[in-house]
Amino acid sequence: MPQEEKKSRRDFLAEGVRTGSLILASGVLGALAIRAESGTMVWQIDPDRCISCGRCATECVLTPSAVKCVHAYALCGYCKLCFGLLRDKRTGNTTAAENNRCPTDAIRRTFIEDPYYEMYIDETLCIGCAKCVKGCNAFGNGSMYLQIRHDRCVNCNQCAIANACPSEAISRVPASRPYRMKKTIHR
Amino acid sequence: MLRTENGFLRRLFLSLLRMPLLLACVGLLCLPVSSPGQLEEAKKQPPPEFSSGYTPPLPSTPLPRAELFAYLDALILLSALSLAAYIVLTKRSRSALRVLTLFSLLYFGFYRQGCVCAVGAIQNVSLALFQNDYALPFVVGVFFLLPLVFALFFGRVFCSSVCPLGTIQEMVLLRPKRVPLPLDHALSLLPYLYLGAGVLFAATGTAFIICQYDPFIVFYRLGGNPGVVAFGAALLLLGTFVGRPYCRYLCPYGVLLRWMAPFARWKVKITPAECIQCHLCADSCPYGAIKLPTPPEQTEDRLTGRRRLANLLLLLPILVFGMAWAGYLSSPALSRMNRTIVLAERVWKEERGLVTGNTEASQAFYHRGGSPESLYREASRIRRRFDTGAALFGGWCGLVIGMKLIFLSLRRTQRDYEADPASCLSCARCYSSCPVEQERLGKFNHSGIRIELEPRQR
Repeated sequence: MPQEEKKSRRDFLAEGVRTGSLILASGVLGALAIRAESGTMVWQIDPDRCISCGRCATECVLTPSAVKCVHAYALCGYCKLCFGLLRDKRTGNTTAAENNRCPTDAIRRTFIEDPYYEMYIDETLCIGCAKCVKGCNAFGNGSMYLQIRHDRCVNCNQCAIANACPSEAISRVPASRPYRMKKTIHR
Repeated sequence: MLRTENGFLRRLFLSLLRMPLLLACVGLLCLPVSSPGQLEEAKKQPPPEFSSGYTPPLPSTPLPRAELFAYLDALILLSALSLAAYIVLTKRSRSALRVLTLFSLLYFGFYRQGCVCAVGAIQNVSLALFQNDYALPFVVGVFFLLPLVFALFFGRVFCSSVCPLGTIQEMVLLRPKRVPLPLDHALSLLPYLYLGAGVLFAATGTAFIICQYDPFIVFYRLGGNPGVVAFGAALLLLGTFVGRPYCRYLCPYGVLLRWMAPFARWKVKITPAECIQCHLCADSCPYGAIKLPTPPEQTEDRLTGRRRLANLLLLLPILVFGMAWAGYLSSPALSRMNRTIVLAERVWKEERGLVTGNTEASQAFYHRGGSPESLYREASRIRRRFDTGAALFGGWCGLVIGMKLIFLSLRRTQRDYEADPASCLSCARCYSSCPVEQERLGKFNHSGIRIELEPRQR
């Protein structure tokens, strides 16, 4: 009999632990559900902090990277010579490989009206190396900048690029506002 | 004439006096224009007015996976856990469990790419607890709590066939070998230390090391850090003959499940009737989770045992405080894992001319116009957190080692072969190896052989 009594006491204790933990867990989940900002978080680059170091192309768990160049057309100066497209040390104003800033030839253009062409990024080719971003920031309006594209990003719990980013430009943002678009001309 | 001349000279003199004032005024007017920012702005091209009335389009913003799918994941987790509990405890079927394992491997592993998982969610929880600017997403909370709640009622069914880290190791296990008991006890301390380190680095906002060094996610994503790929491949290779090395000797979430599982309402019960002491289940368990019956005779007298326990209980506070002190001393080294600390140290050295040149990080810091003072303040805030955290981490390590020694010295009595709920991963292998279970299922009837299952002499 003493054996059985001991067992029932242990069962009683276990029952108490279970009930207590269940109440605690449901309380925590309830509190989480009520909080407004407890939605999914996604990663994004702050273009004002980005120094176009090129790690976005190499550190992402995806190959090619989920980071792509975005062209904010409204900020673009529609320069006669696009320095996002062409290198500053070049042999001529053509898009020959040695003159092209983009290593994958992902920057294309469409004719709008004389003398303006609109540059756009072919995201299937872009690797997020930020070479064009550097050029556009140095000589142009900075209308080309990097953003994490959420149709590609797998939303790791800890972004591998954020780990390697020297300027701490990558942070979590709410999934309801997943981009950090430039509003004005910077730098 | 002289007067006029005088007047002229006076006027000239006065105007000369006013000249600097005038120049200053002009200069003041010009000043904003010639400031460096303005000069640069002048270089920029204003967006053109198109004569054709063309308005440039907005860049596309493809949306992330809808929130709804995250809730769907939570629902799938709930159903997978329920199904696992049913298969392990009621159906007692290894083959059904294999199907669920394969499903979890494909869904949580290859389709969801191993994120978010319960193991990594530990860090989100501790980040949310210790940093005010991070709110724990609801679904991450569900992923963290649901397996623990299930462990409280059904044991570690999450490990059996739902966890994406466990399922991949379950798949590669070919010829399980027994890990020598002393080695097993020593290695089983690692998960506690890993948990402590994971919480420390997450709570200080430094890194998510459990995710960073997740050895199997690189296979689900078909790429990643080469070092981690090598680590994962080595673990999988080891996993072909050592059952689930990550789960048993590294998994920090396993520690939490280990605490919950002994309170389970329904546990894995190997034999459906009386145990016949055949030892077959213990041979079939690849995870060394089956406790053997204790020999009836006492090997040592009570006094020796009591004296050892008293010594160990005295050792415990010494271990805890000693390790806490060691942890506190290692705080500066540990805090260098944090980027803000590294940057602040670098900037401090650069400001004092102790080093020449910039690193990429310090260059970026100056470029965005950060003030060193606020950086130092932030760094010393993080350093203080690390001081407390590292001391607690050290104390935790001491506590874990001390408690392990105490538990090893305690004598337990057990009659039959039983699965230890804390380390049993609910893989259901022991059921099919148990002759009593086979008889219950009527497996012996087809063969025409009559077997008497009698308890072996104890």
